[in-house]
Amino acid sequence: MVEEESLRVVRCGGSELNFRRAVFSADSKYVFCVSGDFIKVYSTATEECVHILQGHRNLVTGIQLNPKNHLQLYSCSFDGMIKLWDYTDGILIKTFIVGCKLHALFTLDCAEDSVFVTINKEKPDVFQLVSVKLPKSSSQEVEAKELSFVLDYINQSPKCIAFGNEGEYVAAVRDFYLSVYFFKKKTTSRFTLSSSRNKKHAKNNFTCVACHPKEDCIATGHRDGKIRLWRNFDDEKKYTYTCLHWHHDLVMDLAFSVTEGSSLLSGGRESVLVEWREAAEKNKEFLPRLGATIEHISVSPAGDLFCTSHSDNKMIIIHRNLEASAVIQGLVKDRNIFTGLMIDPRTKALVLNGKPGHLQFYSLQSDKQLYNLDIIQQEYISDYGLIQIELTKAAFGCYGNWLATVEQRQEKETELELQMKLWTYNKKTQGFVLNTKVNMPHEDHITALCFCNAEKSENPTLVTTSKDGHFKVWILTDDSDIYKKAVGWTCDFVGSYHKYQATNCCFSEDGSLLAVSFEEIVTIWDSETWELKCTFCQRAGKIRHLCFGRLTCSKYLLGATENGILCCWNLLSCALEWSAKLNVRVMEPDPNSENIAAISQSSMGSDLFVFRPSEPRPLYIQKNISREEVQWGVFVPRDVPESFTSEAYQWLNRSQFYFLTKSQSLLTFSMQSPEEKLTPTSKQLLAEETLPTTPFYFILGKHRQQQQDDKLNEALENELVQLPLTENIPAISELLHTPAHVLPSASFLCSMFVNSLLLSKETKSAEEIPDDVSMEEEKESVDSDEENNFTEEVQDTNNTDLGKDIIHQLSKSEEKELRKFRKVDYSWITAP
Amino acid sequence: MGEFKVHRVRFFNYIPSGIRCVAYNNQTNRLAVSRTDGTVEIYNLSANYFQEKFFPGHESRATEALCWANGQRLFSAGLNGEIIEYDLQALNIKYAVDAFGGPIWSMAASPNGSQLLVGCEDGSVKLFQITPDKIQFERNFDRQKSRILSLSWHPAGTHIAAGSIDYISVFDVKSGSAIHKMLVDRQYMGVSKRKCIIWGVAFLSDGTVISVDSAGKVQFWDSATGTLVKNHLIANTDVQSIAISDQEDSFVVGTAEGTVFHFQLVSVTSNSSEKQWVRTKPFQHHTHDVRAVAHSPIALISGGTDTHLVIRPLMEKVEVKNYDAALRKITFPHRRLVSCAKKKQLLLFQFAHHLELWRLGSTVATGKNGDTLPLSKNADHLLHLKTKGPENIICSCISPCGSWIAYSTASRFFLYRLNYEHDNINLQRVSKMPAFLRSALQILFSEDSTKLFVASNQGSVHVIRLLEGSFKHLHTFQPQSGTVESMCLLAVSPDGNWLAASGTSAGVHVYNVKQLKLHCTVPAYNFPVTALAIAPNTNNLVIAHSDQQVFEYSIPDKQYTQWSRTIQKQGFHHLWLQRDTPITHISFHPKRPMHILLHDAYMFCIIDKSLPLPNDKTLLYNPLPPTNESDIIRRRTAHAFKISKKYKPLLFMDLLDERTLVAVERPLDDIIAQLPPPIKKKKFGT
Repeated sequence: MVEEESLRVVRCGGSELNFRRAVFSADSKYVFCVSGDFIKVYSTATEECVHILQGHRNLVTGIQLNPKNHLQLYSCSFDGMIKLWDYTDGILIKTFIVGCKLHALFTLDCAEDSVFVTINKEKPDVFQLVSVKLPKSSSQEVEAKELSFVLDYINQSPKCIAFGNEGEYVAAVRDFYLSVYFFKKKTTSRFTLSSSRNKKHAKNNFTCVACHPKEDCIATGHRDGKIRLWRNFDDEKKYTYTCLHWHHDLVMDLAFSVTEGSSLLSGGRESVLVEWREAAEKNKEFLPRLGATIEHISVSPAGDLFCTSHSDNKMIIIHRNLEASAVIQGLVKDRNIFTGLMIDPRTKALVLNGKPGHLQFYSLQSDKQLYNLDIIQQEYISDYGLIQIELTKAAFGCYGNWLATVEQRQEKETELELQMKLWTYNKKTQGFVLNTKVNMPHEDHITALCFCNAEKSENPTLVTTSKDGHFKVWILTDDSDIYKKAVGWTCDFVGSYHKYQATNCCFSEDGSLLAVSFEEIVTIWDSETWELKCTFCQRAGKIRHLCFGRLTCSKYLLGATENGILCCWNLLSCALEWSAKLNVRVMEPDPNSENIAAISQSSMGSDLFVFRPSEPRPLYIQKNISREEVQWGVFVPRDVPESFTSEAYQWLNRSQFYFLTKSQSLLTFSMQSPEEKLTPTSKQLLAEETLPTTPFYFILGKHRQQQQDDKLNEALENELVQLPLTENIPAISELLHTPAHVLPSASFLCSMFVNSLLLSKETKSAEEIPDDVSMEEEKESVDSDEENNFTEEVQDTNNTDLGKDIIHQLSKSEEKELRKFRKVDYSWITAP
Repeated sequence: MGEFKVHRVRFFNYIPSGIRCVAYNNQTNRLAVSRTDGTVEIYNLSANYFQEKFFPGHESRATEALCWANGQRLFSAGLNGEIIEYDLQALNIKYAVDAFGGPIWSMAASPNGSQLLVGCEDGSVKLFQITPDKIQFERNFDRQKSRILSLSWHPAGTHIAAGSIDYISVFDVKSGSAIHKMLVDRQYMGVSKRKCIIWGVAFLSDGTVISVDSAGKVQFWDSATGTLVKNHLIANTDVQSIAISDQEDSFVVGTAEGTVFHFQLVSVTSNSSEKQWVRTKPFQHHTHDVRAVAHSPIALISGGTDTHLVIRPLMEKVEVKNYDAALRKITFPHRRLVSCAKKKQLLLFQFAHHLELWRLGSTVATGKNGDTLPLSKNADHLLHLKTKGPENIICSCISPCGSWIAYSTASRFFLYRLNYEHDNINLQRVSKMPAFLRSALQILFSEDSTKLFVASNQGSVHVIRLLEGSFKHLHTFQPQSGTVESMCLLAVSPDGNWLAASGTSAGVHVYNVKQLKLHCTVPAYNFPVTALAIAPNTNNLVIAHSDQQVFEYSIPDKQYTQWSRTIQKQGFHHLWLQRDTPITHISFHPKRPMHILLHDAYMFCIIDKSLPLPNDKTLLYNPLPPTNESDIIRRRTAHAFKISKKYKPLLFMDLLDERTLVAVERPLDDIIAQLPPPIKKKKFGT
């Protein structure tokens, strides 16, 4: 049972995967990356997230393999702790408390029981590299206060520090100089590049550094795209360097291949991974078209894989022969969001601007990008000063069958390029296919577009409003194809109102009415005849948001103006029902209920109001949900409804509310205490599979196996599975646990499987076991919120007692159908 | 109205010829440079890179190889098949020996300096014995299939490496037989080129052979096994030259793209003795092929088709920050190619094979300071005088009155009489030159054009009286007994009484022309003289040296003047001493005896002896504040050196009369425009 604590705003998914260099496990099976407060463990083969290591209370800033035990991982965080993890099981082994903010972490093979961290002592921009002695102790939490100073005045970024030649020296770069500290001699050499104001040397700044694994050679990257290979740097006079120049923009990261160091990898804004073989200018290989700026490059300890982290929140696993083998893509966040947040009705994915010119489909459940839809379909040239085509508007219609997008490019005041594209969902390819392209659908910027989503409407309808004073109605018609199979969109009606700029449009829930706002005036149109029905004008400033009420409140129309007035009109009486003073920034109706969420902006921060149009009194108010401006919000329907009994939280029962702030953090509301979240609720299933054969395993694991066998036998005998209330259905887990080759035939199992879904006669509380839900439940637990949303996510009630919370009931007919299934002969399944 | 009216002359279409070979002599710290027209120049690297000697070119003598032997002796070989030894004292060719192997492509002197090796067109490598006064053919090595383009001795003198087309041969010197033949990959960036030419080889004492070839590779070979050790692909075009340092810890290569690459031997890790060759810095100071490189202990020297000689110091080898630490680019010869007839406003330009005579334009317009005045009459090209024979002109001169022209090649001396009839010129050669006037290193007319002074290469100076259409030999100043050093600079006093002559290293001799005897010798100075002049009235001799020192010596008093002593005591401004081109001309203002006018390639300076000398704290260049400021400040900041950098590169500047200057400029862009187009390279972002 969920205890209903206060509602909190929590960060939800989409954290940066590219914040630090990724780290490979020793066997290259896993790749680790920091992601907000967590560390994610991905499988390099399948791109799947295997574990989320959670425990830090602030941003994780560095991860390194434990040099003494390659199955362990060190991590450091802004919360001042260094944690040691067993990544195969996802278990926290130890915590070392350092106390001050840790900015980067380095480990060395030869350093005895100490790691190196970057800290920031006094001034905000002065960072120091110190070594931390990790005391040996059996307790879980150990204080590590023994810091010894190594280098001062270094750069914050871990890319600017590198340890070389088995820890003989450490190289750090900042601004225009490279400093090398020799541990044995305890001396620091410093090499400065000319930084004169003249043009030639102005971009000499160091950006990153890497050390050769075998030789005394330091590679540094520079802002002008040069790579310098420094040698002989133990002599401050006789030092020398070689220049490699291919990049035309700054070098973002460098890495030497681990085993021999014979090749050097570099990457930058060109999105091309360059491999310099034998440090020769003429001998280089390229892996181009990686999609976005390369932020980090890392190399696996075995040397067989590389990993590049990109600015579009993506990691690419690359083979030694420069072939990309896997892409791990998070939420793309590096650009302005023009389209707002949308929900794809099919996949329930969050849809918003992604890479330049693309629409991204992001799964909130698995915190993973599902796919990218290339809207603009043009080569993106990443150069400053270029005016790009922007994808400004998008809308889904007809249950995800149609997608409308608008792109624009404005080089000068008078030269506007505008294009509207309509995409249809192709079931075969499971993707959107371009259907209609409309050049210059309006004379001026399109301000809004919306589909008529009424169930009864036979003809898909789209309305666009524009600053040119018109709104246009587009309908799907037969194209000029003789087979009448091709369909396309054409303009059906053009409406205007006194040459005012059309700013918003909205269809009523049943699709019978269309509301279009013309600056301060709201006009209501009949969607059958396109007749102007009535107008509302409150003279309270331009209408910024417009929406109809839903379900029982469908007679209301809501409008929020720029002057901070929220108006609610009654469509039956054509009169203002109520109005309130609220500076609304975001207004989103919940598709599953009458509720409307409005986020207002004040100098203190953003506040959330949830209300029903029928009454001016808000259902729920949450003050100060974010310090920054909230730009977009969306209600996401829940797969499994929650049942918050408290009246204030009932609005969250059917949908979850997500919102996006100006700095592009995706936030939501959670009820759960942070402590609860920290308990590892991760998959038992996976842990069991990957359990190493320890003595414990021989005792416990065998025992468990025996139990399982017994259970199976029992199940076979009875052909009926007893369902303990608080557990998942064992038959299914059994089915999933048992290796395929020891499973009985599918026909045999099928009936058992179906049986397990049915209510057993013996079970007393039949109505309490919602079987179909538990099926879903099971599915849920594989990719449910809790495990993959590493965020401070609402802890659903799933695994624990669901019986009491579920409101769905099995109807008699459903039960009958399931019984029918049982009788069906499944022997065909075994047929070859 | 400015102080001077300046004729800004840009019609001197002088093109230096491209550099073909460079040879550095470690013992004397001198650099020999040969150009494509056969000229050989000797630069003294200790004397501020002054070009102290030169041997004029010859049309048939295209030099392909240049080397020093025994520290003192300079040999060259070329496509005419001859080996030439130069006489560095008399500045002429000592002898030429035909190698009988067709054109010679390469030459190398043995490390001990006793043997000379040449590689010929017919594939033969010929060994010559260097005897004290000649070279003697010793024997042939095993003949190869194609021409030998490069040669290098093992430092012990036991083996040699010879680069040919497509392969490198290693010879045993004792037996003369090839012990290894190392085939070079013809592949170039995956494409098979027709042939791979080994442009250069270098033999290291550990047996490694480094080769550079036309496919852009620098390769390291093990000569003991004849195997390739390492390959550096550094260019898309030919790598044409290689030079290795004496310590064998660094070498330099030049490519046809104009890039010079430096390779260094660096230790792999600080605590291991293992070392590896690493390409370190590229230098792009040339626009065209770098045909020759040299490696002095402190600098990388390169030269090529674009005619510049570039000396790039290695910062880590330079101990003190003096003028050695600066990059220098030598384009123009350090001698005068222009002479001027002041009264007639004529300029005589000297080219390799002809002379041009121009009359300056004139203007009637006046203007403010800094204005460009329109010409009322354009400059006239009066005369184009071609030499006879294949030899280059060594020196030339026009008399101050403009009616005599004299020039000399390596074997003949020519004197012409010019008659002006309105716009026509009548040129008449003075025939029957005396036998002793065979070649001259410097020619000078006296101020009244009645006497001709000729410095010949035996160290003597001839004085000739000129009459209308004929001449008379007056006297010959013989060199001091024992020295055979030739005089290369002459100066005569305006009253015609004194003649100063200076050689390449010894001091300046002053002769009394009236009495025809040696008057005195200015004390010798360590650095060679770059310019000489005798002031009118006072008869002070002003001497500029290659280390940028300027002395003033009073001829009547036979001692340095007070001003000269003062400036020596105080020292010159450090920026003055850091200039890197020598002063090539000194002149005087007829009305202002305190002024000395002098110039080098990048600045023109008037030294006002009446003003205080600058110290190191004052601004040397442009000390004059804007005119609207008060006079006091100007006076306080004024010092003796008034420098103008407006005209550059300046080949010649002189005072025509009190208010008129002539400046002959040769913009580098005009030279580059006349060179063959460089290898086209894709420039990023274009």
